[in-house]
Parts: sequence; C-alpha cells; structure tokens
Amino acid sequence: MTEVDITSKTMDGIGPHGVKVGLLRVLGPAHVWALGVGIVLVGEYMGWNFAVGKGGAYAALIACWFAGILYTCVAMIDSEVTSTVASAGGQYTQAKHIVGPLMAFNVGLYLVFAYTMLEAANAITAGYLVSVVATITGHEGALNQRPFIILVIMFLAWLNYRGVLATLTFNLVITAFAFAAILILFLSTSGIIGAGIMDHAALFEGHELPYGWIGILASLHFGLWYYLGIEGTTQAAEEVRSPARALPFGTLAGIMTLLIAATLTWYVCSGVLPWEFLGDGVNGSVAPLFDTARLSGSAGLVWLLGFGTLFATLASANGCINDASRAWFAMGRDKYLPGWFGAVHPKYRTPYRAIVFLVPIALIFALGAPLDQVITFSILSGLLGYTFMPLNIIMFRRKWPLNSIKRGYEHPFHPLPAITLLTLCGVTFFAVFLGYGTQLVAMIGFYIVVSLWFHFWRYRFVNRGAQFTMPWPKPQGY
Amino acid sequence: MGLWNWIEYGAWALSAAFALHMVLDWLRTDSTYPEDVLTSSREGELEAMAEEHKVKS
Repeated sequence: MTEVDITSKTMDGIGPHGVKVGLLRVLGPAHVWALGVGIVLVGEYMGWNFAVGKGGAYAALIACWFAGILYTCVAMIDSEVTSTVASAGGQYTQAKHIVGPLMAFNVGLYLVFAYTMLEAANAITAGYLVSVVATITGHEGALNQRPFIILVIMFLAWLNYRGVLATLTFNLVITAFAFAAILILFLSTSGIIGAGIMDHAALFEGHELPYGWIGILASLHFGLWYYLGIEGTTQAAEEVRSPARALPFGTLAGIMTLLIAATLTWYVCSGVLPWEFLGDGVNGSVAPLFDTARLSGSAGLVWLLGFGTLFATLASANGCINDASRAWFAMGRDKYLPGWFGAVHPKYRTPYRAIVFLVPIALIFALGAPLDQVITFSILSGLLGYTFMPLNIIMFRRKWPLNSIKRGYEHPFHPLPAITLLTLCGVTFFAVFLGYGTQLVAMIGFYIVVSLWFHFWRYRFVNRGAQFTMPWPKPQGY
Repeated sequence: MGLWNWIEYGAWALSAAFALHMVLDWLRTDSTYPEDVLTSSREGELEAMAEEHKVKS
C-alpha cells in the first residue's frame, strides 16, 4: 500500500480511516425502501396497462396478483440472503459466494443490463413527459426531447457521483410524493372524499375476459411492471448502517407498499377508463393514473398526478444508476471486469468510475434504441435474475443450514417460496416467448457467448483467493 | 424565439455543466490519489470486524 500523508490538504477524504477507502455506511431502512419502491413505482404510473390490452381488466388484475406472489417470494428470499451476504453487488455477490464464478458473472451482467436499460427507458419517458407539458402550455410544433433525456441522465449521474446519502434521500422524497399521489387519487375518485366517479360494473359489462383464458396468459408478463426492480434494494447492502435490520425491513416494507399501490392503481384506473383505451399504452392511455386525474375534472389532481408521474420516472432512473453502478463496481473489485472499475471516490465515497462509465451506455440506449425494445431487454434480464434466485436460496440453505451461520432474516415456509418462484418464472418465460420469442432467444444467445468469453478468457484475471470474503464455516458436504 | 426554445438551451447547458463537473473531478481525483488507494476497497472487511457469524447455542 502506498504511503499517503493523511494531513494533506489536497487529498481530501483520506482521514482517520487511513489510506483505505470504501463505500460509506450511512443509509437506513427508509433509504432501502426508497431505493426499491423508487425503481418500481413508475410501473404503476405507466406500462402495466398493456396487460389490460392483452386480456381485459380482470386479466390485468390476475396478472397483478400473480406477479405480486412472484415478487413477494423474491423479496423474502432476497431479504434472507442479502442480510447475510451484505456487500455491494447484491445478487452478483450472492451468486459468487453460493453458486460459483460463472453464475456470478452472468447475474452481474443481468443486473447491469436490466438497470441500465430501465434507466434509459425512464429518461426517454421523462423527455416525452416534458414534451407533453410543452404542448399543454401552448408550445407549437414538436419539442426536441433530446436535451431533456440527456439532462435527466446527467443530473442523476451527477447526484449519484456526489454521494449516496443525498441520492437516496432525494429518492425518498420524490417516491413518497408519487405514492401519496396514488393514495389521494384513490380517496378522491372512489367517493371516500367528495363524489366518486368510478363505475366498474358498467365498464366491465360484456368485457370481463374479452380474449378468454389465453388473454390472461398473454397479460402475465406485463404484470411484472407493477413490481419490477424491488430486488434492487440488495445493492445498498454495503452502504446501510445495519444490514441485518435495514435490508429485510426496507425490502419487505417495499413489497407491501407496492402490493397496495398496484391494487389501488388497477382499481382506480379500471373503474374510470374504458378497457380499450386503458389497454392501448401507445395510442390510448400512455399514463393511466394521469388520465384518470384528468377525467376527474380536478385541476389539483391533474397537477398532483402530473408531478407524481414525473417524480416516479426520475426516482426509477435514479435508483437504476445507483444499482447498476454498484453491480459494475463489485465486479471490477473482484476482477471479473478490469479492476480499474473497482475504485471508490476518496471524498464522496461512491464508485465514481462505474457511475461515469455507464453514462454513455445509458445515453446510447436512450437516444438510439426504440423504447419497447429497451424495456423488453430490461424485463428479460430481470426475469433471468429471478430464475437464479430460487436455485440460489435452495443451495444457500443446503450449504449453510439455519443453525450454521447468523442471518439477519429467515424467510418462512422454505422451500415453498423458492418452488413457487421457480414455477412462476417458468410460466412467465412461456408468456414472454409467446409475445417476444425472438428477443428472448437472441438474449439467451448473447449470455451464452459472454459466458464462453468469461470461462475461456476472463476468469484467468479473477482474484480467486480474495473473492470469498464472508467469515463463514465450510459449507456442508465440502 | 419562444420560452420552450430557451428551456431547451437551458437543458443543454445544464447537461454540459453536470458532465463537465464529473469529468473534471474524475481527472483531478485520478491525478491526485495513487491508484492503489483508489482501488483499496475490499469486500467484507467491515463484516469481518463487526459480525461474528456464529449462532449462540
């Protein structure tokens, strides 16, 4: 280790902790909640309603609860493993410790792609929202959305670069606002406060299941929208003050929040908007909660849900930058990628090189790729990650049974959640194959190619001796 | 030129400012600190000190 003068005026940040710099442990359960819910809540504001187009309103509700079960399993499994393997990288680090290097490399890439694509999709959406505001306020002609897309990515990357506490406190405020906006819309349109405008019976009559049971199957993969990204809470593992408490608390509170938000969103929108309009997310209702607010006739609700939509989009992009950079950083630190990416900023204590490196990649996807393709790639990468989780927890419990190491949280009914999750992932893969078979095959082909590259070339650079860091006993059977 | 054209220019300018700040700080940091200090973070060091990872019988 290089000798460094810790009294140096120029080397700010090198203090009493000596010449080693790591990520800062400053976060609490509320930040974990804000990270998980913040990434996801945009899915309540837009995207989920494609499920209505595929199978009608009831199919969308079934998809909502089907995906709700899937993600409750994800949240429980993640809470147990991550509160025990509390390091940056989340599922990547879990895979490294529990399954093996090749699985870890793949899971790391799933995470980086899922979050970077989702960040790009959010930036595109934010640019679109600004153009809608311009049109509403009387701007003639089409607004150039590019500067606003770039601004969203640059501002949020800058915020992430400057420190994790400010980044996730910002997320906490705007996520809480967006969630509160959904609650207020529900109270205002359901008749609890003022006159209600919902009429489910009239809107559903004759359209209960317009495409039958196959419509339900087709709508399943859009049900993921309600919760996609809650597993991102694990990336905060190395920056929370108390991993054993904050991670399970924040993650489980997050999935409960999302179950409430998803059900309320379906109830409010399907009770106000006709299913044909609601289900067409391109030419019909792009932002269903906002459209419901417009139909309410209340200017206050229109503004509230307008800001709610924008804030949900920003919170999601912000959380994605945080998570993608932690996964990239962790892979660099272990030399799964060049070790140069494993650097921490001595003053801001953030993985600054990983954050800056992923900015142009997000920009390329945000400015050069169609939104639906970007979203599909993000969902498919996420789905591959969910398929890994049940295998991971089964191996974790086998190698280190409950009484062998200390866990922050022990999830109940094992192995039922793992088997449920694996089954639901299988069904969702089939549903995705029906709609996006080409993309699914292309993406799996991509991961096979990079796996071969890792196995035959990259693995020789991996710091093998230093990659298993947990002070655990030997796994059972070894 | 309308208000939204000015806002567009503002968005370009702010984006450039944020990008410039990150890149300059990055270069300054890399040239100020030795590489082995910047990459000195190790997984699990805090856990090794703070957590027992043993179950009380």
